[in-house]
Amino acid sequence: MAIECLVLGAGQEIGKSCVVVTINGKRIMFDCGMHMGYQDRRRYPDFSLISKTRDFDNALDCIIITHFHLDHVGALPYFTEVCGYRGPIYMTYPTKALAPLMLEDYRKVMVDQRGEEEQFTSAHIAECMKKVIAVDLKQSVQVDKDLQIRAYYAGHVLGAAMFYAKVGDSAMVYTGDYNMTPDRHLGAAQIDRLQLDLLITESTYAGTIRDSKYAREREFLKAVHKCVAGGGKVLIPTFALGRAQELCILLDDYWERMKLKVPIYFSAGLTIQANMYYKMLISWTSQKVKETYATHNAFDFKNVRNFDRSLIDAPSPCVLFATPGMISGGFSLEVFKRWAPDEMNLVTLPGYCVAGTIGHKLMSGKPTKIDLDKDTQIDVRCQIHQLSFSPHTDAKGIMDLVKFLSPKHVILVHGEKPKMATLKQRIQSELGIQCYDPANKDSVCVPSTHFVKAGASNAFIRSCLNPNFKFSKSSLEDKSDSGSQGMKSMPWLQISDDRVGEGILVLEKNKKTKVVHQDELLHMLGEQKHEIQFAYCCPVHIEKLEQTETTDLIPTNDKLSASDKSSVIKKLLVKLSSELSEANIHDFGEHIQLESFHVSICLKDNCPYRITDSLQSKSEAAFFCCSWSEADEKLARRIISIMENCNLT
Amino acid sequence: MKFTCLSKGGGFHFPPCHMLNVCGFRVLFDCPLDLSALTIFSPVPADSCTIGDEESSNFAVHEPVVDMEAGVRKKQKVEKPLDANSLIYSEPWYKTVNNLHLWNASFIDVVLISSPMGMLGLPYITRIKDFSAKIYVTDAAARVGQLMMEDLVSMHMEHRQFYGTEESSVPQWMKSEELDLLPSALKKVALGKDGAELGGWMPLYSAAHVKDCMMKVQRLRYAEEACYNGTLVIKACSSGLEIGSIFDSGHAMDFDYHALQGSDLILYSDFSTLLTSEDNEQSTFSDDNNNWEELAKSLCNNDESSEEREKLSFICSCAIDSVKSGGSVLIPIDRLGVSLLLLEQISMFLKSSDLKVPIYVISSVAEELLAYTNIIPEWLCKQRQEKLFSGESLFAHVELIKEKKIHVFPAVHSPKLFLRLGPAVHLLRRWSGDPNSLLVLEDEADADIALLPFKPMSMKVLQCSFLSGIKLQKVQPLLKTLQPKLVLFPEDLRNHVRFSNINSFSVSHYFENETLHIPSLKGSPELKITTDLASQLNWRNLEQRKLNITRLKGELLIEQGKHRLLSRNEQASSSQNRPFLHWGSPHPEDLLAVLSKMGINGHVERGMRDAESDEACIVHVQDPNKALIEVRATGTVISAADENLASRIFEAVVDVLEGI
Repeated sequence: MAIECLVLGAGQEIGKSCVVVTINGKRIMFDCGMHMGYQDRRRYPDFSLISKTRDFDNALDCIIITHFHLDHVGALPYFTEVCGYRGPIYMTYPTKALAPLMLEDYRKVMVDQRGEEEQFTSAHIAECMKKVIAVDLKQSVQVDKDLQIRAYYAGHVLGAAMFYAKVGDSAMVYTGDYNMTPDRHLGAAQIDRLQLDLLITESTYAGTIRDSKYAREREFLKAVHKCVAGGGKVLIPTFALGRAQELCILLDDYWERMKLKVPIYFSAGLTIQANMYYKMLISWTSQKVKETYATHNAFDFKNVRNFDRSLIDAPSPCVLFATPGMISGGFSLEVFKRWAPDEMNLVTLPGYCVAGTIGHKLMSGKPTKIDLDKDTQIDVRCQIHQLSFSPHTDAKGIMDLVKFLSPKHVILVHGEKPKMATLKQRIQSELGIQCYDPANKDSVCVPSTHFVKAGASNAFIRSCLNPNFKFSKSSLEDKSDSGSQGMKSMPWLQISDDRVGEGILVLEKNKKTKVVHQDELLHMLGEQKHEIQFAYCCPVHIEKLEQTETTDLIPTNDKLSASDKSSVIKKLLVKLSSELSEANIHDFGEHIQLESFHVSICLKDNCPYRITDSLQSKSEAAFFCCSWSEADEKLARRIISIMENCNLT
Repeated sequence: MKFTCLSKGGGFHFPPCHMLNVCGFRVLFDCPLDLSALTIFSPVPADSCTIGDEESSNFAVHEPVVDMEAGVRKKQKVEKPLDANSLIYSEPWYKTVNNLHLWNASFIDVVLISSPMGMLGLPYITRIKDFSAKIYVTDAAARVGQLMMEDLVSMHMEHRQFYGTEESSVPQWMKSEELDLLPSALKKVALGKDGAELGGWMPLYSAAHVKDCMMKVQRLRYAEEACYNGTLVIKACSSGLEIGSIFDSGHAMDFDYHALQGSDLILYSDFSTLLTSEDNEQSTFSDDNNNWEELAKSLCNNDESSEEREKLSFICSCAIDSVKSGGSVLIPIDRLGVSLLLLEQISMFLKSSDLKVPIYVISSVAEELLAYTNIIPEWLCKQRQEKLFSGESLFAHVELIKEKKIHVFPAVHSPKLFLRLGPAVHLLRRWSGDPNSLLVLEDEADADIALLPFKPMSMKVLQCSFLSGIKLQKVQPLLKTLQPKLVLFPEDLRNHVRFSNINSFSVSHYFENETLHIPSLKGSPELKITTDLASQLNWRNLEQRKLNITRLKGELLIEQGKHRLLSRNEQASSSQNRPFLHWGSPHPEDLLAVLSKMGINGHVERGMRDAESDEACIVHVQDPNKALIEVRATGTVISAADENLASRIFEAVVDVLEGI
């Protein structure tokens, strides 16, 4: 069987993340987002591709939402309340707590301010959230008998999670959005080393490598400080959650340190309310922030207060957080209209703005005028500061994660097409992992791992677990190394523990297939092991020794004393060691062992293994009896040729 | 498998302690302290403690009526009546699980802690030099447990200041002549029923030990699966919720449910420990009838929780009465869960009775504890979690503190410990003579001893008991839900619960400190082989035996108790296709025939005996070159100078043998 992956959104684009994965017959929808750039039906994923008959309850086993951003959860109330999906929905506790705020905020902007027809009501959101099952990180959730899911910390925003899903022997991870480096309030993504068939990862910054963000944070603080010091007003358009809290921690901390008294405002009660959630969910933040719960909860901002509409035209400087981000409408647009014409003021923009929003227009070039609609034009004289830190991982982070998890296949989503193509190439060439970057409505099929079952004997399991140390000497110095001229190439010992799972699979009629250790097989068969060995009695030329000139070693070697024997063996050992420097030779005094090759002095007059006819100089030769097994045949022949050609003195 | 009950424990404060030997691993369940044994010590004498007076200005305190006589206790040889003077005047020691000391702590592989109470004795074993076990505790239990231990250490310091440091290693009271003088009730506590438990007494660990202990702890999230050594799967889950979802998984070995702290509404840090072993054994150990409370909650309707709620209401109304009549109410913080509920309820009662009486929470860790309970929605019950989703604080105390209705004192003192340590002692002394005041006390068997130093008392005492375990009648339905294969049940409850024979599980009864051998349920382990590996196998058919065999080589992966054989990255070299395990005995004639087919000729020389007196048979090969083959029943030796010839002979030998 295979894993089928149908991309309904965020295929070669950013927005409306939605991937439907079929894994061993189980169908999971990962994220159910909306696209901020569209106002028509393209804003939602094309759900009809899941089920022609729109029988979603039977078509899907569950929905998993990774985090509360609208491009990941925006279409959920529509899907459950309008399309009628009633199956289980999983998300983390913070996501369940915060997603309704995001959805409600968005709904208000759409209906109240843009006057659009509403896609879903407040009641819909409430109903939808009732169906959600909240999960904790690392909690193993059994969706049904076969499907198990688990959430891992993803950084990015509060409660963001990567999800692991496993059906039978096939397993996959869907990352959602993640951040591999910690930020002001969140930790870095964290996941176990898992056996995966498929990894679906975001690739927002597929082509970017970022340096430390502290420099850019300082830049932001400096810009804000300069503006308020000059009596200007700072507008920070953000969504109510996530970035707002991160920047607020940053500013609140800076305000404390610099003893600034300029007020920081939140435009709506929304963000203040959101802070309430953040306080309760503080255990989902970074270690440093987490530890503040007992003394001073980091989300109890000291300098932050509520904004009143009348303050828009007040002369004094201030910092204002206003929703929505990207200045796509709502209060942030209202304030922008009033503040943009004054060059004392400052507007900050997020790192990414969807095309069609004012934020996007401000980012592209330095416009002095912006047409809001055909009647309204805004003079833009204020300063613009683009925030260049992002809660997404960069290309290095993606590569690190892929390398760490080493899945069999990778699918890239949530990115820009050309950059994704480059990253795909890198993953395939550098990591040797199949990688895909499907477009929306495309479907990718990857094979999944399957297993056959067999019984295993305990002896087999034990033998597999036995350490299998290999020692090898290596005199290889670092060849690329040019800086260590003074260093001598010292032989160093390499130790590897390469455990081998080796056994014998026995298939007997009417019995369960079983894996046994080879010793057990013989027992089963009632047979004895039959050993095949090679033997050779090898003549070695020996230079006459001064003292023993007359008493040649051969044929009177029965007179050879133990000390002589060992001295001859020693000499052979020295010889072999110098010829076979990488080999691991064991000296047992009476004999030498090299893998299965065993050599000792032959004392027999008539050794049966003394095959060779070329005993021309019998008197000058000592005989060494060698034996070895088939596995070391090559090595043995090499040693023998060394022995035959050498001259021991 | 082997199971040893080290201690049956004693109620909520002293959970049981067990040792289990499973899959070759030694697993310790909980490491508690018997804090109730503290009652044999006298509290700090009142008139020497001035801190209490300074503090009194903060409270609506009535004049203290009873002052304890301080000073040196007079020794008398006859057994005295049990009164305040019989208590031991000394720096308190702490009673650990005596039987645990009989085990070598360095041989423990895994420690599972099921509740904050279950970890109070942990610093004693983590400070042992060779201790190297992995300790699993849930996040919430670890935090609360740490706070309790830190609190204990700081409360103890107060005592210590009074008594000064002990000069010798064995305190005076532990000497046998002193122990003989103790009234029998106290002696029983000190020495245990059999008089053998004196060895369990230890001086308190230090704050550094606690810190060190917490460093060694592995924290688990809710329902997180931890895997020890690839084989032992440990999963912590709340004992009050979601039983079904956990037990349906089927493959798990369900194990030892400790339900601990908490009341009907609060599940935090109540969890049970679930173990899965490699062997797919299924067995459930019920170790104590007290341990099952929260599990049962989901089995039964909520009549139990309404009962508990009534108890709380009753306490509240008593408290209100007392306050109305001008008295004060002292509620020692026993169980965090109950205390939090009481805080909520009493302030509600006060509000509805239109009373403006301040509530004080006095503890060195109160502030942190109260803050902590508000940030762990994952560990709370559904109703509390709903508060998170609607944006309210998890517990009302957050708002009450903000509204200044509850005052938290990070004082040097902290809650009661069996009315011996901490600020409760001082307050009790002040209020014990006031008939309008009220002391809310958990129903304990030795309440008499506990109140001894404060007698005579005109203060009202309300004793109440909360559920701290499963009710006996809930055991059967629980087991029905769990469907274990094996149940261990305490021997002394044998007569209370009758297991019918139709049960699917077998029941064993255990005694304290007696090792029970549990039959292993495992069959042979199952191995999963990847299909790509399985498809590369070269099968060999052994016709006479109707067997197919093949050599299997791969990388064994043990994960979550499952064995998998994956194909190795470097592919097998060609030599691996040759068999290298051989059996059978070759006939020299057969061998000659095969050799001659290969163009190798020779002749057989029989019956040669050599030193090993093993019948050997020699084949001499002349053509194409000289070689010798020595054939025996258990082995063959090939001797040839020519490498090529040797390997051809080898092939011939293999051909006449069977092998793989």
